[in-house]
Amino acid sequence: MKIPTDVKYTKNDEWVRIEGDTATIGISDFAQDALNDIVYLELPDVGAAIEQGKAFGVVESVKAASDLYMPIGGTVTEVNKPLVDEPETINTDPYGKGWMIKIKVKNAAEADSLMDSAAYEAFCADR
Amino acid sequence: MSKKNKKPTATLPADATNGAATTVVESPTEPAVEVPPAASSTDATLPAKAPAPQVLEPLIYDLGSPGRVGVLLPALDVPEADLPKDLLRGDLDLPEVSELQVVRHFVKLSQLNFAIDKGFYPLGSCTMKYNPKLNEDTARLPGFAHLHPLTDDEGAQGALALMHQLQGWLGEISGFRHVSIAPAAGAQGEFAGILMIRKYHLERGDTKRTKILIPNSAHGTNPATVTMAGFTAVELPADVDGNVDLEALRAACDDTVAGMMITVPNTLGLFEAHILEVIQLVHDCGGLMYMDGANMNALMGVVKPGELGFDVMHYNLHKTFSTPHGGGGPGSGPVGVNEKLAPYLPGPIAAIIEEAATPEDAPLYGLVMPEKSIGRLKAFHGNFGMHVRAYTYIRIHGASGIQNITRHAVLNANYIRVNLQGEYTIPHNRYCGHEFVLEGHWEDVPDIHALDISKRLMDYGFHPPTNYFPLIVPEALMIEPTETEDKATLDTFISAMKQIAAEAKSDPDLLRTAPRTAPVTRLDEKRAAKELVLCCRPIPEWAE
Repeated sequence: MKIPTDVKYTKNDEWVRIEGDTATIGISDFAQDALNDIVYLELPDVGAAIEQGKAFGVVESVKAASDLYMPIGGTVTEVNKPLVDEPETINTDPYGKGWMIKIKVKNAAEADSLMDSAAYEAFCADR
Repeated sequence: MSKKNKKPTATLPADATNGAATTVVESPTEPAVEVPPAASSTDATLPAKAPAPQVLEPLIYDLGSPGRVGVLLPALDVPEADLPKDLLRGDLDLPEVSELQVVRHFVKLSQLNFAIDKGFYPLGSCTMKYNPKLNEDTARLPGFAHLHPLTDDEGAQGALALMHQLQGWLGEISGFRHVSIAPAAGAQGEFAGILMIRKYHLERGDTKRTKILIPNSAHGTNPATVTMAGFTAVELPADVDGNVDLEALRAACDDTVAGMMITVPNTLGLFEAHILEVIQLVHDCGGLMYMDGANMNALMGVVKPGELGFDVMHYNLHKTFSTPHGGGGPGSGPVGVNEKLAPYLPGPIAAIIEEAATPEDAPLYGLVMPEKSIGRLKAFHGNFGMHVRAYTYIRIHGASGIQNITRHAVLNANYIRVNLQGEYTIPHNRYCGHEFVLEGHWEDVPDIHALDISKRLMDYGFHPPTNYFPLIVPEALMIEPTETEDKATLDTFISAMKQIAAEAKSDPDLLRTAPRTAPVTRLDEKRAAKELVLCCRPIPEWAE
């Protein structure tokens, strides 16, 4: 299972890559594996302001439908439109082409509550 | 071996193991189990030739021929008139078939289907118990079946008396004095219950209460109900034993909590060991307690939710009280409440309008709307046919029978659980209610999922259990045998499950490619979810 060290993780298995005041958000390799084949993805509109921990979209697989939660709060600046048409990319490249949204971070301190890769690895092993 | 002495075995058509014969192994303590064939095995006890696969039935559109009709109409005895030209359509692609073709078509379709009348159906959380045929007889009595819903009360006294008695019995079973049988099914019962809680708080001017607490093992309908009723769902974690985490509950309880929805036993099949404390905590902060009665088959005749302290619950007549479902429906989701919520019940409710003058007379029944009712949820009187079936079921079993149903349902589930605990991981492995959850995967077998086990079970002639629910158990398989299966059936199922666990290790492709004996083999679920064909005519080219 891939757990890159350049991103941070939530207990709901989203990842966030923070670069300056921009953050890129997706779901982890663990999440895509647990979900199995992903068939549907719903993402917010550019400009939407969403708080940390609030739902920003929905991902649906052949097994289950799950809400996607903001690892940190902010305003959506970019949405991965091609991913909505080919959500199976999340299964093959969750940290790369499978990114979902980019946001302008509202409060960088919120990232302190997230897990680093070591903590996330331990969290996954425990499940 | 005489049939009487034969031990139960999981019979696998020969083609399901690559056409090779299987070996039957018996031990003194175990039911006979068929093990996968060795490459050189030529054991001839089972036919080596695969049975012919079932042929799929064509669409009814492909059966007829132009001009064929199913009915002969009498000669016209009035002047013939042309239909208005603008109403005539030549583009309607209607089947032109005979009556016999229609009968055979639908009988064949029904035979391709799996049903409780054909085999064991351990679909967890659904209580797929056998529906006694007597229920169908009573529901078809002309006085019930042909009663027009607009008949006035005086002309429908028998039906109203039955509804009144059913309300009373459901109240007796749950410990709630007030019952409405109007809701159409479980989700509507939930909706009614939460709307009553909402109205209760609002009527008291308590407008701060906007949250409903829900354990993470809840049915998916619970948070949906809460959201539809205008509340916010707050999820509570489970503790290590699968109960509600009391510390988390304590922290969540404040004056913004309108109530809590909880399923007992929960969806892990486990009785909430701290249920009295949970109820107390929620009541102490001013919230009301809702019990999701989906799992009432583990309680009735033994535990009364009303006496535990719940304020409201819903029943699923189509689960606990044997009225058909799973394509057969419709459902019926009555709600029971205590005094606090009685004025808000959905209506109409059957009531005695005028007591009988003498013991020989019958009282006069009628329909009433409770004083501050949340209103109607359904046209007319709910799904009345289900009321007749549930009435029959309760009437036939009586109080001690109802208790026996629960005891046997719980015994059956625990019997399977204990017999499978060596082969499968069972989270929170303790006494369960009427169902339990196991994990459908093994650490040493990569890429075998719960779905593969389910598909393989079809080759053994069983309906798969519920897959991937509850969400808090990885690769969940939720098994609910119900009380209506005998020990031989349970043993055969256990033997098949053990056999599949062995196959997963010795020949995992048997699982990955299953089912092999079903009318349709492994479906492409990914494509089925993405490329929807919702119309049988015209079929898009890519779907051919």
